[in-house]
Amino acid sequence: MKGLYYLFAAYTAVWVAIFAYLLSIGRRARRLEQEIEELRRS
Amino acid sequence: MWTIVRKDLAIELRTGEMASSMFLLALLMVLIFAFTLEPERLAGPEFLAGLSWTTLLVAGTLALNRSFVLEREAGGLTGLALAPIDRGSIYLGKAIGNFLLLLVAGVVLLPLIAILLGTRGLAPTMVLPLVLLLGVVGIAAIGTLCAAIASRTRAREVLLPILMFPLLAPLLIGATRATAGALVGESAGELQSWLLMLAGFDIVFATSGWLSFDYILEE
Amino acid sequence: MSESRRTWQDTILPWTTCVAMLAALFMVFVLVPSERDQGIVQRIFYFHVNLAWMAFGGFLLVSCASFWFLRTGSRRADRLAHANAEVGMLYTTLVLVTGPIWARPIWGVWWTWDPRLTMTVVLWAIYASYLMLRRLGGEDDTILRYAAVLGIVGSLDIPLLILAVRLWRGVHPAVMLAKDEDAGLKDPLMGWTLMVSAIALGLLFTWLVSLRARLLEVDEHVAAIHLEGVRT
Repeated sequence: MKGLYYLFAAYTAVWVAIFAYLLSIGRRARRLEQEIEELRRS
Repeated sequence: MWTIVRKDLAIELRTGEMASSMFLLALLMVLIFAFTLEPERLAGPEFLAGLSWTTLLVAGTLALNRSFVLEREAGGLTGLALAPIDRGSIYLGKAIGNFLLLLVAGVVLLPLIAILLGTRGLAPTMVLPLVLLLGVVGIAAIGTLCAAIASRTRAREVLLPILMFPLLAPLLIGATRATAGALVGESAGELQSWLLMLAGFDIVFATSGWLSFDYILEE
Repeated sequence: MSESRRTWQDTILPWTTCVAMLAALFMVFVLVPSERDQGIVQRIFYFHVNLAWMAFGGFLLVSCASFWFLRTGSRRADRLAHANAEVGMLYTTLVLVTGPIWARPIWGVWWTWDPRLTMTVVLWAIYASYLMLRRLGGEDDTILRYAAVLGIVGSLDIPLLILAVRLWRGVHPAVMLAKDEDAGLKDPLMGWTLMVSAIALGLLFTWLVSLRARLLEVDEHVAAIHLEGVRT
């Protein structure tokens, strides 16, 4: 059963990392979109 | 190319500030290792080899840092780049200068550290100078290239080791093992794989440094 | 032309990645039998091994893109190099995280200096130095060229690294045998699971790179707009 914890930890790490990266890309993309809007307005 | 070498050497011989600061830094590092790691534990040819290369690398980084900074600040690099010489020769000139400096440092440091650590049972063979040579060529080759790259950034002193050290991993692994072997009397035949690897390393990186300088100096 | 290509990457790629990933996870957790000696923890292997292959392959992509950039000056090549480096680093980090998690229950230690782990750490360092150069290099255009040189030189280093580490730490120390399941994959289903995971992780890599590269492109546009604004 102890093995299950390790297995869970490993795959969780993988998913957390991937999602964190995706989120950071998303955040930066949104910020850039805002900037473009502002530039377009001015 | 040789003009560059001569110029750098002339500067060095006149002031001697680079060599002395390198030497002092290396010495201080040995002290730090002795204080933090128990000098008795540092006996044995492996430690001698490891410590020598470590200190040589760190002290050498100091020298490499400076190899392009003077030019950058005085604008000499643009002048060199515009001059009708092969860009690759600039690289070679700088690299040879660095190589000589590192070689001298290594020749001085190794026996010195051997004495400080009190390593026993040493039977150095003729392979030892060869290993030193091969190792120093590698450090000079990669170090000169990385120094040129880093010198253009603002955080150049920090960036140089960051760029150099990972690339030097194979060299450090090989040079240390081969040095340790050469110190206890292993022959060139026994150390053959390491020597070949080091030679390969040197050829690959000296060539890439030489070839890539066209892209580096395109101002 | 590039507009339609982007749409293709927008729709097909994420969905195929998703499907492949679900398939892989299903196989890893449900379908494939547990390995006899290592038990359930061994399932980490299916992702860990593929992550490692792609981590190394990723740097090869960085160097190819870098070479393309130096040859043609194509900004797209530079963006691809940058994106591949980031995703490659992500994968390398995951190798270094999943590796110890797998090693701990099997070998009892979190870390050993076995050849593959050692190589991976240095690979991580090479990625890190490349990304550091790009970050600390500032807005300078020349830095892009320098980064490309670094990308190529780095990948030249990797075979030498593998050679040196193998000479140093040996190719098959006893402790490695437990990990060399490639040789001992009893059930053919294990081979399939490995392959499906490879496809899933490969598609994921490609998708992440395309996302990141697109972000970089937008970034450059915005920067260019700013620059024009400053001039007028």
